[in-house]
Amino acid sequence: MSPVLNISGLRVRFDARGATQAVAVDGVSFEVGRGELFGLVGESGSGKSTVANAAMGLLPANAHVSGKITVNGREVTELEDDALRAMRGKEASMIFQDASVSLDPTWPVGAQIAETLRAHQKMTGRAAKNRAIELMNEVGIPDSQRRYHDAPHRFSGGMKQRIVIAAALANNPQLLIADEPTTALDVTIQAQVLRLINSLRHQHGTTVLLITHDLGVVSQVCDRVGVMYRGQLLEVATARDLFTRPTHPYTRALIAASPAGAPRGARLPVIPPEWSVESLQEAELLRADAPLARIDASHE
Amino acid sequence: MSELLRVNNLTKRFPAGGPPWSRRHVAAVDDVSFSVARGRTLGLVGESGSGKSTLGRCVLGLTAPDSGSVVFDGMDVVGLSGRALAEFRRRVQPVFQDPFGSLDPRWPIGRSVRESLDVFRIGTPADRNRRTLDLLRRVGLNPALAGRLPAHLSGGQRQRVAIAAALASEPELIVADEPVSALDMSVQAQMLNLLLDLQQDLGVASIFITHDLGVVEHVSHEIAVMYRGSIVEMGDTDQVIGRAEHEYTKTLLAAVPTLTPPPAQGESLARSQSERDHPQL
Repeated sequence: MSPVLNISGLRVRFDARGATQAVAVDGVSFEVGRGELFGLVGESGSGKSTVANAAMGLLPANAHVSGKITVNGREVTELEDDALRAMRGKEASMIFQDASVSLDPTWPVGAQIAETLRAHQKMTGRAAKNRAIELMNEVGIPDSQRRYHDAPHRFSGGMKQRIVIAAALANNPQLLIADEPTTALDVTIQAQVLRLINSLRHQHGTTVLLITHDLGVVSQVCDRVGVMYRGQLLEVATARDLFTRPTHPYTRALIAASPAGAPRGARLPVIPPEWSVESLQEAELLRADAPLARIDASHE
Repeated sequence: MSELLRVNNLTKRFPAGGPPWSRRHVAAVDDVSFSVARGRTLGLVGESGSGKSTLGRCVLGLTAPDSGSVVFDGMDVVGLSGRALAEFRRRVQPVFQDPFGSLDPRWPIGRSVRESLDVFRIGTPADRNRRTLDLLRRVGLNPALAGRLPAHLSGGQRQRVAIAAALASEPELIVADEPVSALDMSVQAQMLNLLLDLQQDLGVASIFITHDLGVVEHVSHEIAVMYRGSIVEMGDTDQVIGRAEHEYTKTLLAAVPTLTPPPAQGESLARSQSERDHPQL
């Protein structure tokens, strides 16, 4: 069976100011099979969101992409704008960390779900509305018939994320990309939303690419996990293997650095300097010849 | 163990809509009492809106409570002014989540740290640059970075600067509000180590406010769990984590993702009884 998402040799460079270029993704390859929940984990700046955005064709104009990305067998990097628009929301949907940014604050939430339906399917207004209410029910919005008409600000953060999920899954896409979908939520709500994503993908056979910085999140719901570090994919393993016998030193260090399970008050094993993004950054900073300002300037 | 801070029946309400003649109020902190002994760490854990930050601000004297008292080393903090307030501020220092918000973006970081020394007249003026560099070293920053602006530093480095600035006045109590929440995992571990070291070496007491039970369990001697303005459970870390009694604490503990994948995929994050009983969670 062909994979729903196939990324091979992906490289993304951004033109930065002046002549400098930043390589965000440096030769990443992996594939996600039908119905699989694949987690992409990494620290900030590791390139995990850039991979996700590239798969949706959402990179800005100063990005240079090479390599191959296929969604459902189609090459995303070769699609024209129209074709991309037709793909997004129908074959592949994406949800983000902050649901209130994805929703229009002035519109009833139900109408926003219905809009997604009518953008891709021939549907009467009434049919779209009924289907939107069904979807709201499915993602666990209580009293959805009435709440169809409520604006986003009348919902809590967790409920807003549920509505965004309903809109993303409205057209039954093959692929759902979720970029830090629970990072802004409290842990009890995070557990509910993860459970929802997991049960919906089982029901509909949706393939999910879950982007997160949180090892706890990937260990709970993912089938397989890829670990990213400074633009590279260091290792791919099943969730079980990754946490019981990680093969890469960076993964091992990252797991060891988690306070969960460490003896109380004991020093946590820190990431070795050669893998610490922070130490590398500090070295760069000390090399850079930015003028050193004086610190003894008194406050006049 | 001598008591450093005592909070008695603290209540803080905020207006929550309605017309001016019948304004509704919500109690962000509702009749809360606890104490912190010298050199100990109290972890204050709760979800968004539970009132933990408001409580922290009341302890810092940044928000005036509606009723109740905050007693620091025998003196009532509410209504302090002038020299007594300045002295209180020297002895109790905050560390916030976002060091970008607490550091002046146009000041070199060394200057931000030095400001505390200047304000509280610590050491001789000539000596303060040396002390500043010592403080930066103490929190694990290369003193060569003293002349850099906050924007040049990473999030972890900025948080180290904020901690150095808080330590400059040799405080007895640090109120840290989500100090590691914005940091990456690897950096978070370094920061927790730093906070534990400082506590051991300097004997500073702290109130560690966070939503993250994993973090709070690691650093705290005692834990207080807040839910909707009240402390629903408080006690030794072992007792709260190991033998939680309140339903809400159990729900919170059950929801924390562990690094152990569940035996059968999708079996984890099981819906607990209390969660069904508290659909508002």
